[in-house]
Amino acid sequence: MIEFKNIHKKFGKLVVLDGLNLSIKKGGVFAVLGPNGSGKTTLIKSLLGMVIPNKGAILLKGESVLKKWEYRNHLNYLPQIANFPPNLSVIELIKMVKNLRPKESNEQELIELFGLEPFLQKKLGTLSGGTKQKVNLVLTFMFDSELIILDEPTTGLDPIALIHLKELITKEKEKGKTILITTHIMSFVDEMADEIVFLLDGKIYFKGSIEALKKQTKNDNLEHAIANLISKQYA
Amino acid sequence: MLKILKYSFFDLMRSRWSYVYFIFYLALGFVLLFLNNNLNKAVITLMNIIIVLTPLIGTIFGVMYYYNSKEFTELLLAQPIKRNTIFMGQYIGIALSLTLSLVLGLGIPFVLYGLFKSTAIFDFSLLLLVGTFLNFIFVALSYNIALSTDNKIKGFGYAILMWLFLAVIYDGVFLISLLLFNDYPLDKFSLIATMFNPIDLSRILILLKLDISALLGYTGAVFRNFFGTNFGMILSMVILSFWVVLPVFRMNRKLRKKDF
Repeated sequence: MIEFKNIHKKFGKLVVLDGLNLSIKKGGVFAVLGPNGSGKTTLIKSLLGMVIPNKGAILLKGESVLKKWEYRNHLNYLPQIANFPPNLSVIELIKMVKNLRPKESNEQELIELFGLEPFLQKKLGTLSGGTKQKVNLVLTFMFDSELIILDEPTTGLDPIALIHLKELITKEKEKGKTILITTHIMSFVDEMADEIVFLLDGKIYFKGSIEALKKQTKNDNLEHAIANLISKQYA
Repeated sequence: MLKILKYSFFDLMRSRWSYVYFIFYLALGFVLLFLNNNLNKAVITLMNIIIVLTPLIGTIFGVMYYYNSKEFTELLLAQPIKRNTIFMGQYIGIALSLTLSLVLGLGIPFVLYGLFKSTAIFDFSLLLLVGTFLNFIFVALSYNIALSTDNKIKGFGYAILMWLFLAVIYDGVFLISLLLFNDYPLDKFSLIATMFNPIDLSRILILLKLDISALLGYTGAVFRNFFGTNFGMILSMVILSFWVVLPVFRMNRKLRKKDF
């Protein structure tokens, strides 16, 4: 479904992606992992067209996405930091995003799920970090798209919201959607992910199932298996 | 683009700073009329304030809005909208809301004072038009700076420096060079130098309309002699439009390669 072909990206002198090749098939939860600054967000943002690669091609369902924008109607993205215009109220923001995307949405269900009704009329500037993240989740999940990209979705969520998030992801997965997640919470990966993509030095260092990773690193614990991979960078 | 424009506009119209700005102009209008007790004189005083202040406010609002709405812009960038559309919408939204504060803030006291029965109405409208131009120019310039500078503090610094340069330093350098090169014919030089500064250009445009030779200064006098009042006005208007179009053009070019 998604194909990255020989992606190079430099920020000044810093090489972030260095000839990265990756193909992701349709359906399932893919966890994009890697140490801090390994290029996870850059990878995702180049798929979204927010970062423009120096070299390489990105194909979504066989079509190049570079310099295009219509394809974004077929994907949902949850940004890392939820910071919204402080003067808008929650409901206005939801209406605005709906207005920008001419697509069916089921925000009401999600608002109830995350218990956001009391906050609907509140200004976004007055909300706590966790509540903002919930609004962020509503905005991401309210559209029905084949591809869902979540950048650090668990940030600031309370345990109940986290359970709801997991349920949501499972539900979407069952519908045959492709879900990309970046996170540093390994228990979350262990629970949710079908496949792991591990980035190191701007390349794909490992791609495969959790079992395969555990086998390869001879480690039963995912957290340690990942730590094992990362420690090779420092070695 | 209209959707983005609408939201940027309403977002700004609801922010405290738009009100502060509006109330400032409102107060300024009333105070000037009260002190001068004459519409024409008030217009002249107002010109001096508008020419320095609107660029400053436009610059600050532009950079501030860009950096403050950075994360939100990222959210928009992930939506199925073209990049240019997002930024043009924001840009026009800011410039329009500033213009509205200006026009309403100054318009209300002047209309109450009997602007419509006065001959100063054309001068006053021109003043507002120039204010609008300056808003659009300086918001565009500050957006250019902000787009090219990822560091917020640096961006602010450059933007303020740009304003300081165009509003104050430019004139100083200009005068010094006139003094230094006194022996040479400086008409052409000063003509061209004026066109490179939208603030100077606006000043001359208004003074040409007001027809106050005493205030025209050297550049203004050269300008009038060279182009005549009417053609001079049209020309300065055209160049002011260039001052809007060129930064907007560069903004769109910059956007094509920008990473967020």
